[in-house]
Amino acid sequence: MEEQQSLLEFMLQQRGKLLDQTIAHIGLTFTSLLIAVVIGLPLGIFIARRKKAATVVLNIAGILQTIPSIALLGFMIPLLGIGPLPAITALFLYALLPIIRNTYTGINEVDANVLEAAAAMGFSKWQILTKVELPLAFPVILAGIRTATVINVGVATLAAYIAAGGLGEFIFGGISLNNTNMILAGAIPAALLAILFDFLLSRVQKINLKKIRVAVALMPFIILLLSSFYAIPSFEKNKLLAGFTPEFMGREDGYLGLKSVYKLNIRNVVISDAVMYKAAYEKKLDIISGYSTAGRLKAFDLVTLYDDKKIFPPYYAAPLIRNDVLQKYPEVKDVLNMLSGKINDSIMTELNYKVDYLKQSPETVAKDFLTKNNLYRQPRNGNKGTIRFGSKIFGEQYILINMYSMLIEGYTDLKVDTKTGLGGTKICFDAMTNDQIDMYPEYTGTGLLAILNASAKTLDHLKQNEDSVYNYVSDQFKKKYKLTWLKPIGYNNAYALMMRRQQSNELNVHSITDLTNYVNENQK
Amino acid sequence: MIEARNISKKFKQQTAVDAISFTVNESENFVLLGTSGCGKTTTLKMINRLIEPTDGEIFINQKNIRDENAETLRRSIGYALQNTGLFPHYTVAENIAVVPKLFKWSKEKIRSRVEELMSKLHLSKEYYNTYPNELSGGQQQRVGLARALAADAAILLMDEPFGALDPITRTHVRNDFKNLEEFKKKTIVLVTHDVQEAFDLADRICLMDKGKIIQVGTPATLLFKPANEFVQQFFNEQRLQLEYKSVTLKMIWNFLNDGVDDKSLLKEITSGKNIWQVLENFSLNDEAMLVRNNGVTKKINYASLMKAFNDYKRAN
Ligand SMILES: Nc1ncnc2c1ncn2[C@@H]1O[C@H](COP(=O)(O)OP(=O)(O)OP(=O)(O)O)[C@@H](O)[C@H]1O
Ligand SMILES: [Mg+2]
Repeated sequence: MEEQQSLLEFMLQQRGKLLDQTIAHIGLTFTSLLIAVVIGLPLGIFIARRKKAATVVLNIAGILQTIPSIALLGFMIPLLGIGPLPAITALFLYALLPIIRNTYTGINEVDANVLEAAAAMGFSKWQILTKVELPLAFPVILAGIRTATVINVGVATLAAYIAAGGLGEFIFGGISLNNTNMILAGAIPAALLAILFDFLLSRVQKINLKKIRVAVALMPFIILLLSSFYAIPSFEKNKLLAGFTPEFMGREDGYLGLKSVYKLNIRNVVISDAVMYKAAYEKKLDIISGYSTAGRLKAFDLVTLYDDKKIFPPYYAAPLIRNDVLQKYPEVKDVLNMLSGKINDSIMTELNYKVDYLKQSPETVAKDFLTKNNLYRQPRNGNKGTIRFGSKIFGEQYILINMYSMLIEGYTDLKVDTKTGLGGTKICFDAMTNDQIDMYPEYTGTGLLAILNASAKTLDHLKQNEDSVYNYVSDQFKKKYKLTWLKPIGYNNAYALMMRRQQSNELNVHSITDLTNYVNENQK
Repeated sequence: MIEARNISKKFKQQTAVDAISFTVNESENFVLLGTSGCGKTTTLKMINRLIEPTDGEIFINQKNIRDENAETLRRSIGYALQNTGLFPHYTVAENIAVVPKLFKWSKEKIRSRVEELMSKLHLSKEYYNTYPNELSGGQQQRVGLARALAADAAILLMDEPFGALDPITRTHVRNDFKNLEEFKKKTIVLVTHDVQEAFDLADRICLMDKGKIIQVGTPATLLFKPANEFVQQFFNEQRLQLEYKSVTLKMIWNFLNDGVDDKSLLKEITSGKNIWQVLENFSLNDEAMLVRNNGVTKKINYASLMKAFNDYKRAN
């Protein structure tokens, strides 16, 4: 009950955003649907008359449909950038197949005798189409529109990844922040929209023959009305535009802190980190919220802005390990600490660059690094026991886990069993506490904020100092979870605001305070 | 008047209609008869350009139909088909009103015309706003006929209009149709493969086989003066009944002899009746009857009728 109440509270508190997102969601869904109807309907009519073209068109539309939505959105970025345009285009492509196919089927299913009679009565081709074929195919076409609508309501949640808004902002923000209320505040309205539109359209589908003609006439207006919900946000050229991940948007050590501590008020859109760097590089965005050691920082020639008021807590990576494992295999501790002090920010950025951008395998990158630092040893193939390593689902963690495995197998008689790709923090941490893995690399800031949920008072007390944060989480984890933080590796993968190096120089913006000043002076 | 000159229709694999010519006179009932696939429907559809001939020309009232706009042409020709082809999303009234609407008649005119046709075709008024799928097959067929007649076109094309009905309903609908004044007034080209129906409705029958016309003539001509073996064979199965149906009293007038003076008490019939109808009368009641032809009367009974009929056949 308490859960539900707090969800309601959350929704009430965020009602402004919720309304905006819902409206954007409906707008995205129906704008794309409208275009799909405008293009798909004539195309369906056309191929109903040309059987040869039909196979080709239906196959193409079918293939479009099978492209995973995230991938399709990804393809859109180089072509159309970010924002509503690529999102609507992708949604439109998804909506196309059901509409074309059902128009085609619906028209083909019209009784040949009826068509012959219509021609024999002296109907023109146009009259046959509008007075006979379309009305009779209407229920089938509507079924297609219905399918397309439901697909679009679902896929439109992904629009949040490319800065087009919609309920996905809450959903993905909630997932990243491990905030169930936020996920539900996005997911429930999205599901309700799907159910509502499906229901309404099913009612339209069931109307009797007499009203079909009225319905046929009304449909375009209704869709048009619903699409107009979406006032496309203006992307003015000469104002700085920021793109923040859904996670960043909801964090005190993120956008909220930027607003309260720096008084930064910058135009912004929500976007996924998967496409964010590229969008910045392609000048679709000017400021992004990235990770300071991201490989793409180097690949896209971006620079981080100095966090002069220290709102971003340190994210020092260190192996997090179960106490009982340390007791059982004490030799593990020193081996895992071997990496400490060997990797600083720029080295990590370089390593990430090799994996994320040059597409080298994490294993190769790990081995090369260890060899270069004279740490690599052939595996001993011992059989003293097995130790289980886990990792989150991104490149940096894969690199680390490969290094640790090589070290353990080279310096001890233990075998390593790796479980990579365990999603986010929550999954890794739960796997640890449930004794499914023994170690994974974690970040101090994550431990502090996402796992310990440190209070504002604590945060204030720690002052974002790297040592005090490390000591605090180290302490707390030992007490609460019987887990040990080994030595930090040495690099800080904290949040950072980034911009293109060239623009940073041109505008002379190198710190977040610079940015605030620039925005205040130039963008009134 | 419809005149087809050497029309052919070739589909990819085969020749459906092979250089045929025929003329249909004003207000004549012209029946295209033949086995399945012999090209009847194709021939019919060429008349309203639902199918364009590969070769040859068709004239309606001396005007080449190719020179006319196809839609205008079709609006001026009524069309009824076997599976009715009624618009399922139109009410009975709307279905009937299709062509008048194309002609932009006034609402009142359309309404009164629809009501008139519904009553003529024995469709109860309560069906005015029903949809075709709520009607029986026979009723649907009547709506189809009403639609074909609605704009009062001078020409009516019918493709097995009674073909989908059960024998009893078929006879009913056919008889009601036959009794319409339109049936007598209009130039009708009707397709059927039902020989009885052809004899029942035709002024002249056009017998087709494999895309060619084998013989054109009145029912009696086809029966008694078959052009070849095929025509003879075609009617063999039901020959006797067909003969009775195709021969009228008028045709055997000269073979009837008149022997009785007192005719006043006898039931009188017209010479337009065919032998079949007279026999039906005799089967109810064996009394002699009086035939009137051009003011002259003759008395017949079963025996004298049969004798005259046989004499007529021998003479032909
Ligand atoms: N659109 C078409 N394409 C190809 N062949 C056709 C087409 N329409 C008719 N045919 C062929 O032409 C021939 C004559 O067809 P048509 O429909 O005129 O026959 P029909 O005399 O009306 O037969 P039925 O009594 O069975 O209706 C048939 O062999 C048929 O298969
Ligand atoms: Mg036919």
